[in-house]
This record gives sequence, structure tokens and C-alpha cells, in this order.
Amino acid sequence: MIEVRGLTKRYGAKTAVDDLTFGIEPGKVTGFLGPNGAGKTTTMRCILGLDYPDAGTVAVDGKSYPDLAYPMREVGALLDAKAVHGGRSARNHLLCLAQTNSLPRRRVGEVLELVGLTEVAGKRSKGFSLGMSQRLGIAATLLGDPKVLMFDEPVNGLDPEGILWIRNLMRALAAEGRTVFVSSHLMSEMEHTADHLIVIGRGKLIADCTMSEFIAGSSGAWVRVRTPSVDQLMRAINAQGATAAAGEDGSIEVRGMTTEQLGDLAFSEGIRLHELTTVRASLEEAFMELTASSVEYRADAPGGQQPSTTIGSGV
Amino acid sequence: MATITTSDRRLPALPPATGRAGLRGALASEFTKLRSVRSTYWALGALLIVSIGVGALVMGGESGSLTHNPGNKAGFDGTQVSLIPFFEIGQLIIGVLGALTITSEYSTGMIRTSLTAMPRRGVVYAAKAIVFTCVTLVFSLITSFVAFFVGQAMVASTREGASLFGNVKIPANAIFTGPGGPGSPPKVTLQGIDVITASTVLRAVVGTALFVTLVALIAFGLGAIIRHTAGAIATVIGLMFIIPVVIQALPDNWRQDIMRFFPDAAGRVISVTVPGGANPHLWSSWPQMIVTACYAVGLLAIGAYMFRKRDA
Repeated sequence: MIEVRGLTKRYGAKTAVDDLTFGIEPGKVTGFLGPNGAGKTTTMRCILGLDYPDAGTVAVDGKSYPDLAYPMREVGALLDAKAVHGGRSARNHLLCLAQTNSLPRRRVGEVLELVGLTEVAGKRSKGFSLGMSQRLGIAATLLGDPKVLMFDEPVNGLDPEGILWIRNLMRALAAEGRTVFVSSHLMSEMEHTADHLIVIGRGKLIADCTMSEFIAGSSGAWVRVRTPSVDQLMRAINAQGATAAAGEDGSIEVRGMTTEQLGDLAFSEGIRLHELTTVRASLEEAFMELTASSVEYRADAPGGQQPSTTIGSGV
Repeated sequence: MATITTSDRRLPALPPATGRAGLRGALASEFTKLRSVRSTYWALGALLIVSIGVGALVMGGESGSLTHNPGNKAGFDGTQVSLIPFFEIGQLIIGVLGALTITSEYSTGMIRTSLTAMPRRGVVYAAKAIVFTCVTLVFSLITSFVAFFVGQAMVASTREGASLFGNVKIPANAIFTGPGGPGSPPKVTLQGIDVITASTVLRAVVGTALFVTLVALIAFGLGAIIRHTAGAIATVIGLMFIIPVVIQALPDNWRQDIMRFFPDAAGRVISVTVPGGANPHLWSSWPQMIVTACYAVGLLAIGAYMFRKRDA
């Protein structure tokens, strides 16, 4: 259980996190979303006591992080997989971390086994690929068998196999009843892993809701219907107060009616339907819509089109 | 990374914990950190080889000079000469290790991982300082004693070497009695006797090791303040080598008044064993050492403050 209250952090004149308040519930995966530079990493650093907030408080199980008796038994955090001394072997890296929390030495071998690094345990980590470094970082988070796990952009730069591995791991950790708090600027990644979402932009909270609420709350849900009697159906729909617009290749895009209502309407009017589909706005679109005004560094696309951001760079 | 292995495996449960993570674990961790990177072995190896090796070379040269030119025997401080490479060059080598101990955490980013595992920063800093001090002191003492014994062995034939096991008498003065012939040294008469006691020699050998350890802690403190390896090492060099040179260039009456307030002076005082052999403008051995200790303690304290107060 992590409680963030009124968190504010400034670096010089720039406010990275601005009066942020949210809580993270145990036993599920909470996605922490925002465009690059939104303040996700800063928030995580403040939770871990690496950075000192200018205002506000952060509590883990009711205590400030530095006051936890055995921090690694409470929280396992991976902010940057490359934040290791490259000259140290994987085993010694994990050993020196385990020792700080008086964890048994055998634990090092166990977590190495779990992440599949046993064979390279004696090798210096500077030779590790990003995927291996990520596994080493995750091994470190699991040393203390923590109740809360925090990952900052864990899939950044990983190949599809590594991404799948991390996704499965996060789901498995949540299924074991742990709290998983994972940040990403990739909406598509959250779509597959998160139960709950916290969305921030420019250091401010934009949304704190479940995944389904997030999707439902976006304006983009509509129904696609296909029929040989286009004009007749469109008139009937308009008569119901919903809006119908001609879509691509002869389909009709309907807003303001569910598939059930549309199906019943068509039946009563004696209109044959060839397709009746709910088209949900993708999470990606919902996210873009929400954060459009809070993207910090944007490149304006030529021709005055929608600004492009890195948000949608899919997996 | 060929296989996707995860969720089907579960970690065995940990034994329940009592108490609180503290200094004991942090000490074990810091010792693991120090012993598990190559730079530690490079630095300690270089300390031993350079201090002892160069000391032996210098003393070998002195052996020839003492034999060839007996006038040099007067006031010859075999202890200090054998230790000069240790406290002049060795201090820099161990200073690099002192700075690296803390700056490498920042340059690699490891500090964020370290402080996430153990967020009580005062404990981390204290553990780091304690482990580094102990390792440095042990290796400094070994280096100092070995450099001393090897150095004295190099001048054994002249019977001018110092001893830790008994008092040694050396000539106090050399009186010039006439020019030597071509290729031979001037004629001298040796007068008087200086007694170099074993306890003085012990003080010099142990004290020099303490001096080098203090310099290493100065470097450690600067590392914590500056957080960049190159910057910290450059500052150590400035403090221990450049400032003394600048002071040497000042007018005598200034120089003599201020030189005792700098941390490098103690090494040149504590290593002296011949009576009256030290610069009269410096304090005696232990008071001068306190000056160096004040720098070390002061910089360690400022480093501790900044280590705790700044964002990691």
C-alpha cells in the first residue's frame, strides 16, 4: 500500500511533480502512465526516498520509506536496470544488496535461478545485454520477497520476448497477491497488464481509475453496422436521436446507441444487417486524448496535423 | 536468453525477520562491494608495489651513496627515506581508491540501487567509511612495515639502517676537511652521535601509515562532496601536491607561518627519526598529524551531510 499525498518536486525552476495525490491498492497491477517527462520517474524516486519532495508526503504501509525495518522485504523497486556497478559480477551485486537487509545468502542463487541468469552469475554485468540487465534488476527486486513491486519503464528497449517475459512476470506477481506499480509511456503495454491506471501529465494527476472506467470514459466508443439498406437504417437511427454517419466501404458509424438497441431497431424496421460491431476506442486513443494538452516535448507534424508524440509507438 | 521462464516457478519463502536493517548488514554489504571490483585490487596492488618497490630503489641508491661518500652518513634518516615513496606517491594511489569508493557509486548509478536497498543514508555512509578505513589502515600498515624492512635491508651493508628492535647510532655531523681527488668525494670527518631509538622508528612507521590513511579519508570525503571521480581526484592532487608547491614559491616569512596548516605537512614530520630532522617551522609529529586529521574529519563530516541531504 503506497500513499502519495500532495507530492511536489521542483528541480530549479521546473516543477516535475505538482501536488500529486494518489494511492496504490494491494493485489493488483497499477499502471502509471504519462508522456515522457510527465514526472513518473520523479514520483517513484520520491516514493523511494532517493529524492526529497519539496512538499507533500509519501507513505509505504503507513511509514516513510527510510523508516521501514527491512525495506527490501516491503518494496522491490527497479528504476534503472543499468544502475549497477558494471565491474561487479551479477552474484556479488545481488549479494551486496541482500546483505544490507540481512537476507540469507542462498537467496541470491534462488533469484538468479528464477530470472534465468544462473549461468552468467559470475560474469561482470557490464557485458550484459539490456535484457539480461533487466533480469538482473528484477532479480534484485525479488530478493526480499516484497509485498510491493515498482518498475519504471520495464519494457523500454526490450525485444518482444523480453516484453512478454516481463508482462507474464508482473501478472504472476500480482496473482500472488503483491502490489505491482509499473510506469510506462506505452499505453498498449498497459492494455495487457494493468488493472488500475494512474495517468499523469506535466506532473499533475489526469486520471486515477480502473482500466474499464478509463476506456468507457473516453469519447470514442461507437458501433459499426453494415446493411444493404443504408438510407433506410440511417433515417431510423436519426429518428431515435442517435447519430449515424457514413463510414468507409459502405458501413455506418453509429454513436449514441448500443448494439442491442441497434439490432432491435433493425429487426422492428425489417432491415437486414450484415455486421453489427462495437468499436471501442483503443486505450492508445483514449490516452492520447487525455494527455494531448500535457505532452511536454512535442514535434509538430508537417501540415498542421495532429501533433505526434511517442505515446503510440506500439509494441 | 532463449527461454521464457517465469511464472510457473515460485521463490521459496524467506525466514521471518526480526529487528531492523542496520549497520551490521551495511558493513557486510560495503565489504562485499569493495572486494568484488577490480579497481580495489589494482589500487592496493599499486600501493604495495610502488611504495615498496620505489622505496627499495631509493634505498639501493642511498646504499651506494653512503658507501661512496661517507659524509652522507651524518644525519641519514634511513626510516624516512625508505617511506618517502609510500607517503608521497602511495597517498595518491590510496586517495584514488578513497574517491572511487564513493564516486563509482554515482558514476555507475549504483547509488540509486544501494539507497533503495538501504535508504538510511547515514548508515550507508558510515558503513562505507568504516570498511574503507579498516581496509586502508591494514594495507597502509603492511605497506609501511614492508617498505621499512626492505629499505633497511638495502642499506644493511653500510650499517646505517634503522631498526625496530634496538637503538641505532649514526654520526651527527660531517666536518669538511678538504677536497677529494678527481672522481672521489670530499674528505670529511664524522663527529658526534645521534641515537635513533626503536620507539621513534616505530612511531614513524606506524604514524606514516596513519597519515596515508587520513589522506585516503580526505579523498573519500571529497568524493562524497564532489561525486565525480575525476573532480575528486583532481582536488586531492591539488590539496596534497599543488598547494604545497605553491606555498614553496611564497616568500619565506609567509611560507613558514602557513605551511603547518596544510594536510600534507604531517607526512614529512611523522616519518622523521633523526633528532632535529624535521622542518623547524612545522609542529612536532602528533600535533602536525592532528592538522591532517582535522581535514579528514571535516571533509568526512561535510561529505556525510551532503550525502544525506542531496537527492541521490
